[in-house]
Amino acid sequence: MKHSYEVLIIGGGVVGCAIARELSRYRVRAALLEKEADVGMGASCRNSGVLHCGFKYAQGTLRAILDVRGNAMMDDLCRDLKVKMKRIGKLTVALDEEDEPMLDHLKEQGDANGVPGLEVIDRDRMQRIQAGVEGYRALYSPTSAIVSPYNLTIALAENALANGVDFHLGQKVAAITRQEPRWEVRTAAGDTFTADVLVNASGLFAADVCRMVGIREYEIYPCRGEYYVLDRRLDGTLTALVYPAPKKNAPGWGTHLTPTVDGNILIGPTAEYLDDPEDFACTSDVMARLRRECQRLLPSIRQSDYIRNFAGTRAKQTPPEVGGNKDFVIEDRKDLKGFVNLVGIESPGLTSSPAIAEMVVGMVKNHLALLPDPAFNPVRPGSLDFFWELPPEEKAERIAEDPDYGEIICRCEKITKREVIDAIRNPLGARTMVSLKYRARASMGRCQGGFCIPRIVRLLRDEFGWDPEDFLKRGADSPMFVGNMRPDKGGQAHEL
Amino acid sequence: MNSKASPIEKIQREVVVIGGGPAGLAAAIAAREAGCKEVLLVERDRILGGILNQCIHDGFGLHAFKEALSGPEYADRYIRRLPGAGVEVMDNTIVLSLSSDRVLEVSARGALRHVEAGAVILAMGCRERTRGAISIPGHRPAGVYTAGAAQNLINLENIMVGRRACILGSGDIGLIMARRLTLEGARVEAVFEILPYSSGLPRNIQQCLNDYNIPLFLNTTVTDIIGKGRLEAIRVAQVDGDRVPIPETERLVPCDTLLLSVGLIPENELTVQAGVAMDPVTGGALVDDTFMTGVPGIFACGNVLHVHDLADWVSVEAEEAGRFAAAYVQERREEPRRRTPVRAGEGVRYVLPQTISGERDFILSLRVTAPWRDRTVVIRDGGGREIRRKKMMRLHPAEMIRIPVKKGAGADGSPLEVSVE
Repeated sequence: MKHSYEVLIIGGGVVGCAIARELSRYRVRAALLEKEADVGMGASCRNSGVLHCGFKYAQGTLRAILDVRGNAMMDDLCRDLKVKMKRIGKLTVALDEEDEPMLDHLKEQGDANGVPGLEVIDRDRMQRIQAGVEGYRALYSPTSAIVSPYNLTIALAENALANGVDFHLGQKVAAITRQEPRWEVRTAAGDTFTADVLVNASGLFAADVCRMVGIREYEIYPCRGEYYVLDRRLDGTLTALVYPAPKKNAPGWGTHLTPTVDGNILIGPTAEYLDDPEDFACTSDVMARLRRECQRLLPSIRQSDYIRNFAGTRAKQTPPEVGGNKDFVIEDRKDLKGFVNLVGIESPGLTSSPAIAEMVVGMVKNHLALLPDPAFNPVRPGSLDFFWELPPEEKAERIAEDPDYGEIICRCEKITKREVIDAIRNPLGARTMVSLKYRARASMGRCQGGFCIPRIVRLLRDEFGWDPEDFLKRGADSPMFVGNMRPDKGGQAHEL
Repeated sequence: MNSKASPIEKIQREVVVIGGGPAGLAAAIAAREAGCKEVLLVERDRILGGILNQCIHDGFGLHAFKEALSGPEYADRYIRRLPGAGVEVMDNTIVLSLSSDRVLEVSARGALRHVEAGAVILAMGCRERTRGAISIPGHRPAGVYTAGAAQNLINLENIMVGRRACILGSGDIGLIMARRLTLEGARVEAVFEILPYSSGLPRNIQQCLNDYNIPLFLNTTVTDIIGKGRLEAIRVAQVDGDRVPIPETERLVPCDTLLLSVGLIPENELTVQAGVAMDPVTGGALVDDTFMTGVPGIFACGNVLHVHDLADWVSVEAEEAGRFAAAYVQERREEPRRRTPVRAGEGVRYVLPQTISGERDFILSLRVTAPWRDRTVVIRDGGGREIRRKKMMRLHPAEMIRIPVKKGAGADGSPLEVSVE
C-alpha cells in the first residue's frame, strides 16, 4: 500500500512516540513506523526506569539541557497521560573522602545546568532518606524520579494516536529514496510511505537508517545491560535511588538497585559491548555477578525473590576502547533537506524524551508551517491506578458497575478481567502477550504467568475468538502454541 | 458516601476455607461434619477441584479409596459430598486479603465482600517455581513453560504447546508431561535433572519415561536457552558435586519447547499478610498438632502447608485440619496451649507439625534429605530418650514419610528431635 504524510517518524521508542505526541498538537499529517508489533519494544522497555535530574552532563551539552528540561516536564506529562511517576530522589554516595571532590564537581555542574534542589548532605541525612545506606557523604537530588518506561512510551503513543498521528506497527524500513522534494520509504512488508520530513528516531538502528540516506559519519556500538527483577515482597525496602559516585569513563552508572513504580526492585544494569543490537540474552557469569552484588546490597534477599531477568542495549556512539558517552546528535540536516536525524540517544533519553520532542518539532517547523490544532487533547483517558490499588469502597463500586472487575485473572498482580480486556483492546492494536503484559501487568508477578496465561488464553479464545495460532509472545516470529490438540471445538474441554 | 449504604457486603461465617482443591474440599466437608453450621468454601476458579482438574492421568485415590482414579474423578468424590454436607460454595471468587483477626476481603463477579470468620482454613495449594527463580541464562523466547501451565493448556484448553520438547526437572508433573506430550505426538528428547536422583515418584519414572524410552539425564542442567522468537535449542551440561555446570560436557539439544518441573512453592501470600509465622524450609506456616498456625483461629493444610507427594495424604491432613478448626470455633479456645517444639535432626529436611501439645495422637510428616536404603527414622525427646522408631527399606526425598505418634510424647515440654539413623 502507498501512504502519504507530511512527517514520518522512524522508530516507536519513547523518543519517537514523544515526537509523535508533540507533533499531534499541530494540524499535520504525521505517522510513525515501528518494526516491532508494538511500540517501546527496544531500549524503551529495557532500562532502569529512572528520570535523571541532570547533574551528570557537561554544561551546555544537549544531554544537560534536554535532561533538565525533560525532567521538569514530567509532572504535567505523566499526570495528563496517566503514567505513574514517583519523585523519590536520589543519593549519589561518596564512599570515602576520595570520592568527595566528585560530589562537589557534580553539584557545581548540576547547579550550572539548572538542576533544582541539589544538596551535598552528611551521613545522618543520607540515612534518614534511605535507611541502612552506607557512605561518607552524598549528593541529594530531589528531582530524580522513577517511572515505568514502557507505560510512558505506550501512553505517549496512545495520546498521539488519539490526536491524529497514524501508527504503523510491524513496518520495518527496508530502503529510503529521495523523490525531490520528498522522501520515499519502502518497508520490508512491501508498503511505501512518502513524506516531506523524515525523522530518524530508530535508536539502536539510527546509524543503519543514516546509511540508507547516505550519511556515513555515525556508528552505533550496542552495549548490553542485564538486570534481575526482584519480587514485590521487598517493596518499601528502597525509599530513594542510591547510586555510587560515578567513575570516569564508565559506560553507565554502574550496577545498582532501582525500585520500580510497581513495587519491584531491579538490580543492574551491567555493561557489555556486542555486535548484535538485539541480543537480549542474559548470561550466566553476569547473572552470577548480579546475584552476588544483590546479596551484598540486600542481605535479606532470598533465592525466590529473583523472579525474572531481562537485558537491553544502549545505543552508544563510542566503541569500548574509548568508553564513556558522547552527546546526543539531534540535527536538521542541511545536506538532506527534511531529514531530521537523532543518533546516540542513550541515557538520559527517557528523561529527555519530551524535551527532545520539542526540539525536533522545532526543526520540523523549519520545513512545514505547523498550525496548532485546537482539538488537541493532552489528556489520555483511563485510570492511573490498577484496581487492586483502589480503596475497598471504590473497588466495590467498580465491581457493582462492571462485574469483570470482580474476576481476578492474574493472581500475583491481582489484575482483573476488565483490565486484561481493556489492555487487549488497546488503541494501538498491539496484540502480543508482551503488549498485554506491559499494559495490564498480567504475568509480571512472581509466578510469571504460570497461573494467568492459561486463563488469558481461555478469555481470548472464548470472548474474542482467538485461535491457538493467534497467540504470539512478542511478534510474528514468537508463536506460543502450535495448534489445537483435537480438531473439536475448544471450550468443551473444560465442561467437566 | 453518607447518603448511601456501603457497597461492601459484610457477612459472618463460622469457618471459611480458602481454596477448593483437594485440601479445601476435604477440610470443608470435615468441618461441616464435625458440627459447624456455617462452612464457606471459597474457590477462585469457576470449577472446584483445583489442580486435580488438569491431572487427567490416574493414580489418585490408591490410599483413600483403594482404587486408581484420575484427578477429576478423585475431586468428584469430594465435590459430590458438598451439597449433602451443607457446605456453602463461592466459586469464581478470590480472596484479596486476610487479616490476623480473620476478616477476608473477597472479590467475585458482582460483589466485593468482607467475610468475618470464626476460623480460617488456608488451603491455597502451591505454585510452580519459574525460570527466573532458578536463573537459567539465555534468551526469553516463546516455548518455555512451567510443566503445570503446559498441562493446563493441553488438558483443559485443548492447546498443543510444541512438537519437540525437553523437560528440565524430574518432578512428578514433568514426568507426567513427558508421557502426555509423547501420547499427543510430540517428540520428547529427554528429561534433565540437576540432582543425582530423580525428584519424582519411582512409579512415574517407570510409567512415564522408561515405558516410552524417554531418557533421563541426572546431574545435568540447562545452561542456555537459544531463540529470539520461538525456542530453537537449549544447551545442557553435566554438573559437578556443587551443581556447577562442567563446560566441556555442554551440548546443544534442538527443541521448540522447554518445560520446567523444578519445584513447587506453597502459595502463602495471604498467610504472610495475616502475620502467620513461616517455616523457611517448607515454605508453609508453622503449625501445631491441630494444624493451627501461630495466629489463633487460622489453620493450614495441604500443599500450602508443605508440598505433598500424593493427593491422598492432602485429603487426610485436610480432614484433620477441618475437624480441629470446627473444634476451635465450637470451643472458642483462644489461649495458646503448650507448644513443644519438634525439630528436624540428622538426615531430615523438615518435620510437621513443628510444635505439639502432647495432649493427642498425631501424624508426624517428614521428608529426608537424600535417598537411602535400610535406615531407621527415630524420634527422641529432649533427654535423648527414644519415643518412636520406624525402620524403612527405602527412604527418598521425593516421598513424604508419615509416622503416627501417640499422645504423651513431648508432654514434658522438652523438644523432640527426628533423625535418620
